[in-house]
Amino acid sequence: MIDPRNGVDGPRDVLLRDGAVAEVGEKVSDPAAEVLDAAGKWVVPGLIDVHVHLREPGEEGKETVLSGSRAAVAGGFTAVVAMPNTRPPNDSPQVTELVLARARAADLCRVYPAGAISKGLLGEELSEMGELLAAGCVCFTDDGRPVMSAGLMRRALLYARPLGVPVMAHEEDLTLSGHGVMNEGPTAARLGLLPVPRSAEVAMVARDLVLAEEVDGRLHLAHVSCAESVALVREARRRGVRVTCEATPHHFTLTDEAVDGYRTEAKMNPPLRRPEDVAALRQGLADGTIDCIATDHAPHGPLDKELEFDRAANGVVGLETAVPLALELVGAGALSPSRAVALLTDGPARAFGLPGGHLGKGAAADVTVIDPSAEWVVDAERFRSRCRNTPFHGRKVRGRVTHTVVGGRAVFEEAQR
Amino acid sequence: MADRLPNLLAIQGMTRAQVESLLDRAASLEAGAEPPRSLSGKVVANLFFEDSTRTRSSFEIAAKRLGAEVLNWTTRGSSVSKGETLLDTVRNIDAMGPHAIVMRHSSSGAAALAARAARAVMINAGDGTHEHPSQALLDAFTLKRHLGPLEGKRILIVGDILHSRVARSNLRCLTLLGARVTFCGPPTLVPGEFAAEGAEISFDLDRALEGADAVMMLRVQLERQTDALFPTAREYARRWGLTQARAERLPPGVKVLHPGPMNRNVEIATQVADGPRSLILEQVRHGVAVRMAVLEACA
Repeated sequence: MIDPRNGVDGPRDVLLRDGAVAEVGEKVSDPAAEVLDAAGKWVVPGLIDVHVHLREPGEEGKETVLSGSRAAVAGGFTAVVAMPNTRPPNDSPQVTELVLARARAADLCRVYPAGAISKGLLGEELSEMGELLAAGCVCFTDDGRPVMSAGLMRRALLYARPLGVPVMAHEEDLTLSGHGVMNEGPTAARLGLLPVPRSAEVAMVARDLVLAEEVDGRLHLAHVSCAESVALVREARRRGVRVTCEATPHHFTLTDEAVDGYRTEAKMNPPLRRPEDVAALRQGLADGTIDCIATDHAPHGPLDKELEFDRAANGVVGLETAVPLALELVGAGALSPSRAVALLTDGPARAFGLPGGHLGKGAAADVTVIDPSAEWVVDAERFRSRCRNTPFHGRKVRGRVTHTVVGGRAVFEEAQR
Repeated sequence: MADRLPNLLAIQGMTRAQVESLLDRAASLEAGAEPPRSLSGKVVANLFFEDSTRTRSSFEIAAKRLGAEVLNWTTRGSSVSKGETLLDTVRNIDAMGPHAIVMRHSSSGAAALAARAARAVMINAGDGTHEHPSQALLDAFTLKRHLGPLEGKRILIVGDILHSRVARSNLRCLTLLGARVTFCGPPTLVPGEFAAEGAEISFDLDRALEGADAVMMLRVQLERQTDALFPTAREYARRWGLTQARAERLPPGVKVLHPGPMNRNVEIATQVADGPRSLILEQVRHGVAVRMAVLEACA
């Protein structure tokens, strides 16, 4: 059992009763209990993904709360934070309630809606943050759009401060990214694809750290992809700025060379970067600068991806490949097992003030069981997500979720081979 | 006939031998009398999603000289106006059984994407800012006729390199043939990353002209002013235009090329374009034979 918050990293039994952790010990028994033999496996707190696009309401052809929840639990996630860029966007309690109702009906993982920072995600006026919070939102973000106005971002950080939840920022200065479709660098120059300079992310990270410091706001940076962004966060945190951040598995695994051949399954925003960035992300994940691994699960169908590169939609799915990719970092010696688990549990829970993320007595019985040595090949055709847009199809990986338990109920079990 | 090729999508990935084989065949086609009617009974479909004067006409004449029938499809008047995608357009034309599709499109990578969807031979007539391989072949052909073997020759390409498929294809083709390429233009339009592909980078035209064996001027799109890539046509012409004064300072054997169309008196002075150093119309003439060699070789 690996439970970083409670300092557990060794053989344990854990007893779940009435939807909560009843007891953890070297030897626990209860004759009335159903036994799940997890010998040789990792028993960890239910994984939490703070950045997923469930596409409902409005784009149910790509994903629904139900299909996204199926993908989540298959990937070991017992909780996800659902981004608000739906149609209509989640800038109203009605949309929040719709997402929650769909989640209740799906009855799989916990779904925490994120509310918009600005009305309509237009970046002009503040959304009804208090109303959204009361309806069940756990943070505010305009993701996949940036808040271009520094003035609005400052006001959002300030206004949200007493609400006790983070403002999550998608850092992209649109006047810098312009018509760019991939990272500025040798691959873009060779392929004749318009470049996105790194400053599009880094300059806005710098801006928002200054703003968060000035108003003592609580800031969470979505999908950091540049080495300079990690360095800025490290330095700001040393000064006491209340900032957390996340990195995606595709950003810490692939470089922009994955775009070679105009592969739209390697097109996302922010784009894949250079080897130095992958190294800096890995270092940041290891040393705690980066608080969590979050997938930015972004389903798109063939009509949006099987296109000319510059016209293809940005985004890749990620719920069902996060665990093996995180374990690749463990295998490469970049992360300890405990640190990898923390990035998927304790880290996200703390960053967003969510329950769970640990298996102390009394915690919700959200548990993920991982077989760290299972070898398999990623097959997008077998995804539970409605969409197959992944750059990892065909990749040989090690590490697989065998069971996912939410509130004491098994919501996913990997079929025996 | 030149060595067989499955497609002509890009110079990148071709060998020197393949390039020289095409150039040799073009030379013998130009020198000889009637070409073999190797495409007799076949259809060559020009699929031009972007406007073109030279390339489309040149491919059409080349195809006809080889005995092919030509379909000329352009976006104007097509169902693209109804939202039909590139892939659907290619699949539908391909279903009519052309032997070859010659395609120009505004997206980089479009040629490769279309090639995967079509049974017909695919010839890239320009895909976005990625490559324009037949242009590079005819430029190399033209340069060889005046400079001899291109080994060690210094070719200067001036202009909006960032957005130029002609620059990319020429860099690769000339480098394959042993030449040394310099890119020159405003820093906002000349990506430093091309140094990794062997190009020298310069932002000073007068300095870059020294020692050049030939100069290729590229059209600057005046619309780029609104993207703050350079301030005005006047400033551009003064700093990176091949003015009459600059041309007069060039040693006698140095030739001037331009893929066309030209903005006269912006990137190139009108007298220079029409002057004794200019090979511009000769490039166009050679384009027909080069494209005949390409069409013959692709099967």
